[in-house]
Amino acid sequence: MNGAFPAVDGALAVVAAWLAIGLAGLLAPRSFRFVAHVLFPLSALASLALAAFGLAAIPGAPQALVLPIGLPDLPFHVRLDALSAFFLVILGLASAGITIFAAGYFRAGEGTAPGVMCLQYQVFLAAMAMVMLADDAYAFMVCWELMALSSFFLVTTNHRIPEIQHAGFLYLLIAHVGAIAILLCFGVLQANTGDYTFANMRAQHLPVVPASAAFLLALFGFGAKAGILPLHVWLPEAHPAAPSPVSALMSGVMLKTAIYGMARVTFDILGPPLWWWGVIALAIGLATALFGVVFAAAQVDMKRLLAYSSIENIGLVVIAMGLAIVFTGYRMLPLAALAMTAMLYHCANHAVFKSLLFLGTGSVLHATQERNLGKLGGLMRFMPWVAVTSLVGVIASAGLPPSNGFVSEWLLLQGLLFTGAIPNPYLRMLVPVFAAGVVLVAALAGYVMVKFFGVIFLGRPREEKLAHAHDAGALERLGLVWLTALCVLMGLFPVQVMQVMDPIPSMLVGHGLVQDGHIGNAFLLAPVSPERASYSPLAILGATLAIAALAFVLVRRFYHGRVRRAAPWDCGYPWQTARMQDTAEGFGQPIRQIFEPFYRMRRELPTAFDAAPRYRVTVEDPMWGWIYVRIATATESVSRVVGRLQRGRISIYLLYSFVTLVALLFLTQA
Amino acid sequence: MNVEGVLAQLAALVAALVLAPLLTGWVNMWRAWLQGRTAPPLTQPFRALHKLFWKESVMAHSASPMYRAAPYAVFSCMLLASMIVPTISTNLPLAPAADAIALVGLFALARLFMSLAAMDVGTAFGTLGARREMLVGFLAEPAFLMVVFTASLISSSTSLATIVASLAHRELTILPSLAFAGVAFTMVSLAENARVPVDNPATHLELTMIHEAMLLEYSGRHLALMEWAASLKLFAYSCAGLALFFPWGIAEANDRVALAFALPVVVAKLAAGGMLLAVIETVLAKMRIFRVPEFLATAFLLGVLALLVRILLGA
Repeated sequence: MNGAFPAVDGALAVVAAWLAIGLAGLLAPRSFRFVAHVLFPLSALASLALAAFGLAAIPGAPQALVLPIGLPDLPFHVRLDALSAFFLVILGLASAGITIFAAGYFRAGEGTAPGVMCLQYQVFLAAMAMVMLADDAYAFMVCWELMALSSFFLVTTNHRIPEIQHAGFLYLLIAHVGAIAILLCFGVLQANTGDYTFANMRAQHLPVVPASAAFLLALFGFGAKAGILPLHVWLPEAHPAAPSPVSALMSGVMLKTAIYGMARVTFDILGPPLWWWGVIALAIGLATALFGVVFAAAQVDMKRLLAYSSIENIGLVVIAMGLAIVFTGYRMLPLAALAMTAMLYHCANHAVFKSLLFLGTGSVLHATQERNLGKLGGLMRFMPWVAVTSLVGVIASAGLPPSNGFVSEWLLLQGLLFTGAIPNPYLRMLVPVFAAGVVLVAALAGYVMVKFFGVIFLGRPREEKLAHAHDAGALERLGLVWLTALCVLMGLFPVQVMQVMDPIPSMLVGHGLVQDGHIGNAFLLAPVSPERASYSPLAILGATLAIAALAFVLVRRFYHGRVRRAAPWDCGYPWQTARMQDTAEGFGQPIRQIFEPFYRMRRELPTAFDAAPRYRVTVEDPMWGWIYVRIATATESVSRVVGRLQRGRISIYLLYSFVTLVALLFLTQA
Repeated sequence: MNVEGVLAQLAALVAALVLAPLLTGWVNMWRAWLQGRTAPPLTQPFRALHKLFWKESVMAHSASPMYRAAPYAVFSCMLLASMIVPTISTNLPLAPAADAIALVGLFALARLFMSLAAMDVGTAFGTLGARREMLVGFLAEPAFLMVVFTASLISSSTSLATIVASLAHRELTILPSLAFAGVAFTMVSLAENARVPVDNPATHLELTMIHEAMLLEYSGRHLALMEWAASLKLFAYSCAGLALFFPWGIAEANDRVALAFALPVVVAKLAAGGMLLAVIETVLAKMRIFRVPEFLATAFLLGVLALLVRILLGA
């Protein structure tokens, strides 16, 4: 592939194709059918091509190009190496499913005109791809901003609703706070050479203080985009506001560009990281994961629930990254490769299953016009396609075998368990505590996912209108099935997936898992050695299916298969209604009680004498009160003081200029 | 994979299917004796299963395919788990398919299906049971994994076969870490198997139920599969505990003499464990549901303590 047609040209061609498709949308901005049935399927094909080019480029040598665009002296440098190729594969595979779903999803007359929205959507895709291809700080920042802006417009597709304007503003604000930190980080990395290409930054060997400053700035800047604590506040606002395919794209893919940036700066540009950076990442990651999952359990809006679950998953990815940093810092390379594989695997998994779940909520939203879990229920009978595909996503998201979510959590736990050789005794003591935290997060994720699936799809419909809910259309089904298939395949063939991604740890930490034969055979995943740990999803799935089939046949053979339908038993209580099932609040109540200090809760309880009794619980993010409200009040009081300078009279302003001038003259003379 | 291995695996399968209901019957017998009642015969669970399989299955109008599939899914998860846990031999062909972490995952998968099935019909008690089961589950699962991690640090492996082999061959001293882990494990197994301080398998008071509330709608063959799965779960947990804390006597090679010796040993150990369980269930009172998090948090902390003792003191 490298000789005849370089993959980097292919990737750039896909970017150009996306931009062309986006511009084509402007030809007929009002024509809904042209956009949905011609442009979006074409864009999905381009996504598949991107995934293919990425796959071809992962094992190859890095390919670099200089593009004749940009400012006169600052051309765009582009480079495709194993790390960018892997994230391009994630982008291509996930966006193929999301785009084909979107082709069937967007309806005429919702917010922005379809052609304009098509442009925003394609620019968003192209910008994400270019972020992963950029090889100098200038190109990177331009594409990063383009990504933020295009997604801002997509979030505010239904821009007439005040809530959505609010969410969009918050998103834009935090995106820019993060972008400033990234810019500063690149400033530190170029070490006063004035050359902002990544190649030059790699060549600099920074002393400890600037290198650590660069790492912390990168963690903050990219963390704002990824949604680590306490910069996560935009996520649960922006994801529900955006149309579902956009939420899927943002949560599944855009969050990964931030992880890509962190990995790029930490492992590639900065060179071998220091071990204590990893400890910071571990601590932040665990706090983020725990916070995300505890809040996900308390949500009543299905898309907010998924947004908090994304925060949890980003936390797990950051934990894996922290572990990889610790191991690299201590030059324990095989274990660093294991932790990095866990990180990359979880990125890919989350991209697939979270996109799948967000698309599922999109279908539910269209069928019922309802986002509140408390008003859904029993949709499995009316929407079997969405329900079954979501069930796969739910099992993956809960991290249960034999799904893909389990593989990455298993790898992460293996990495956390075998830390006995770490020279630092405090760290050796601390790491198993992180293992305990990860396990708690994984178990809570199961609770959240049972709530999500059970309340939406099972039970009886909580509202009359739900009986008329329709299943997803053909294109939507195609997108859902594509992502489901990816979930299943990545769950059942972990060894093959890890072989594909192996060049990345080889490149970044100088060691791969395959080169020592430490990966097991085609059916048995054994990252260190089979005596130490092994896992075979194919055997588990095969054995459970065989046992279930055998049990089914034997029961029919020796007994019978008779069924009688009757009213539900429910301990003989005949007056039950669908309203007596647990609501989302009810299902989350034990978690709210146990983790009460985490939440800021307001309860309105009815009294015995109310004519219209009313019960309401609102759960708020405490980070607002602890951090954001304080920053806002501090800013306001500072601006009030500064505001006193403004008198609105020209003579006073002239006086200010005069005083400044005199003061400056005085300073230069002295 | 050789013929002997397949035979040993089949022996483990049959042993699990037969011994699991017998273990349940044994515990019930001892409970009855300790409470001064006349005990049902040992084979009572088999008679109950046979009766249930013959009865027709009554399903609610609102039950979806999920409800019918769940008993088979739960049953196969539990049977597979009992085939992976070392009962009579550590050298089973299926054992490498899942290490201890994957085993916990398999239990969690069964729990997920069970809770979803309980929510499927849409009754108040079903969702109540599902919610409480998930509450117990998310607290018990980390505690269980802490126990597993302690054992795997001692043997530097998460593979159950290697853990058992290395624990069985160490010198006969009581490790403090294993003692803490043992207490934590006992607490977790009581909670996970719906046993007395947490849940009552013989309860008829709807509001106190956890496990039974989830099965409330089930009848006929579906109920039989769920009940069998529950006794398989008790069996698998007991065998896991015996393998971690009393690993002696499990065959490491699949020759017939060793297997023939291992079977009576495991039966004797299970009988002793079952008696202990009956005693625990008799002397303890059931807790309120909101004391359960404290109970399981204690188990979790004991597990973490075991882990730290192992890492810091190497003991």
